[in-house]
Amino acid sequence: MIKKTYEEINAKIRAGEAVVVTAEEVISMVREQGVEETAAAVDVVTTGTFGPMCSSGAFFCLGHSKPRMKMSRVFLNGVEAYAGLAAVDAYLGATQIPETDPDNKNFPGEFNYGGGHVLEDLVAGKEVLLEATAYGTDCYPKKKLEKMVRLEDLPQATLYNPRNAYQNYNVAVNLSDRTLYTYMGILKPNMGNANYSTSGQLSPLFNDPLYRTIGMGTKIFLGGGVGYVSWQGTQHSPDALRGENGVPLTPAGTLAVIGDMKQMSSKWLRGVSFMGYGVSLMVGVGIPIPILDEEILKFTAVSDEEIFAPVVDYSESYPQGLGETIGQVSYAQLKSGEISVGDRLIPTAPLSSYRGARDIAILLKEWIQEGEFLLTRPVFTIPASSEKFNYKGAI
Amino acid sequence: MKQKMVLYFPSTTTEQPFTYYLIKDYNLMINILKANINPRKEGRAVVEISGDKKDYLAGLEYLQSRGVKIFPLEQEIVWQEDRCTHCGACVVICPAGALVLERPEMEVKFLGEKCIVCEHCIKACPSRAMEARY
Ligand code: SF4
Ligand code: SF4
Repeated sequence: MIKKTYEEINAKIRAGEAVVVTAEEVISMVREQGVEETAAAVDVVTTGTFGPMCSSGAFFCLGHSKPRMKMSRVFLNGVEAYAGLAAVDAYLGATQIPETDPDNKNFPGEFNYGGGHVLEDLVAGKEVLLEATAYGTDCYPKKKLEKMVRLEDLPQATLYNPRNAYQNYNVAVNLSDRTLYTYMGILKPNMGNANYSTSGQLSPLFNDPLYRTIGMGTKIFLGGGVGYVSWQGTQHSPDALRGENGVPLTPAGTLAVIGDMKQMSSKWLRGVSFMGYGVSLMVGVGIPIPILDEEILKFTAVSDEEIFAPVVDYSESYPQGLGETIGQVSYAQLKSGEISVGDRLIPTAPLSSYRGARDIAILLKEWIQEGEFLLTRPVFTIPASSEKFNYKGAI
Repeated sequence: MKQKMVLYFPSTTTEQPFTYYLIKDYNLMINILKANINPRKEGRAVVEISGDKKDYLAGLEYLQSRGVKIFPLEQEIVWQEDRCTHCGACVVICPAGALVLERPEMEVKFLGEKCIVCEHCIKACPSRAMEARY
């Protein structure tokens, strides 16, 4: 029986002796050497994902002006941030579009710029136009403000994404005879294509399917900087049906994550536009998984052949909330470029960048190997069943 | 010889039957890959012209003498690699196989010579990495 503690693994990281491999590399190691030997050798497995994650955004402290102002409406490059907070605090969501955007009036809309793009511009170091209005009070008399700001000028900028790193997701197809424009991309009629969106065997929550090591306080790669898991994400549904390997067969776990935007880079926070749908933010997330025992190692060795996703019709079942699926395919099939549904072969396209996911896993591996990035023991792990939602108990 | 190109028709030229003369007088084969030409407005077409070198050159000269501007096709659709996230969303959109996902690397490549400049990818690319340049 192999047993390692966080402390032992961190001691090895500090000494520059930790063995760190990516969730891709560990697969062939286990195939060659078996679970036990690999578990003894490997201390940390790194994962990654880089895809559109709509439930993302940032809290800003915009700084006080003279005279002071209690901003009631705030716009950054024309995109409104929610300002129902303290005087100069605001939250900008990734999917927010400018009030002047023609949205879907001329269907399908282009959605060329929105919250996700503002976030990208800020981390890229660009100047952004801040416009704010207020009703004015005795303590906060100023009523109007307009100025150019950069991320470095802002007292605080905290990325806080209520739902990232979805554990599994639908494969979207279109059974109707018209083209659909969705958050899963453009879906051609009569199942002309099938779009999917996770990084499969590299994806964080596929590698720790029962959340044995991931929870509040887990230190992660976020948007090119260091972040933390802060909570279970919105729509976290651990009770989803699972395979024998513990991997859910439908969308299941999610994470809320947090991090200092000033450390992040526009390579890993990217505003994106989905025709006919809206804007979003591509977020790079990478989670290190400590190999505490053989079971965890075995989980991290999961491969695309062993991970399955439901095929869902986005002309009827998804929009109407019918919950019907028309098939199940493995990520190995999805990544091959073609899946079979019924007697049809359908070309596939990812929306999540596998190459980006791999780069993140490699970057995180390097950070750990350099001895800079230590692992944290979560205060509590995110719930693996809805009956066990008990945030008081630390692990 | 055989060459793809972009023809740009100023508004004064759009009502002339260029294709007819290119075929009849210059013995050329014209394959129209994409055209957007409206009477009395400027227009644009992506064509592939093939024939003898002599005829080909004479045909192009004829077009230019009538005010048609000719641009090489290579300048048309540009893949801005630094904007590309290699997400892969474009590969099922491109009808010409010009955007491909290489396996097992899962990296997207743009094969410019296959591009027929349909421009479908421009709005379909979430990162706006594809750009039309004339
Ligand atoms: S859709 Fe755009 S960003 Fe994605 S792979 Fe194609 S060109 Fe690159
Ligand atoms: S313009 Fe058309 S053919 Fe060229 S890469 Fe884009 S989608 Fe493909």
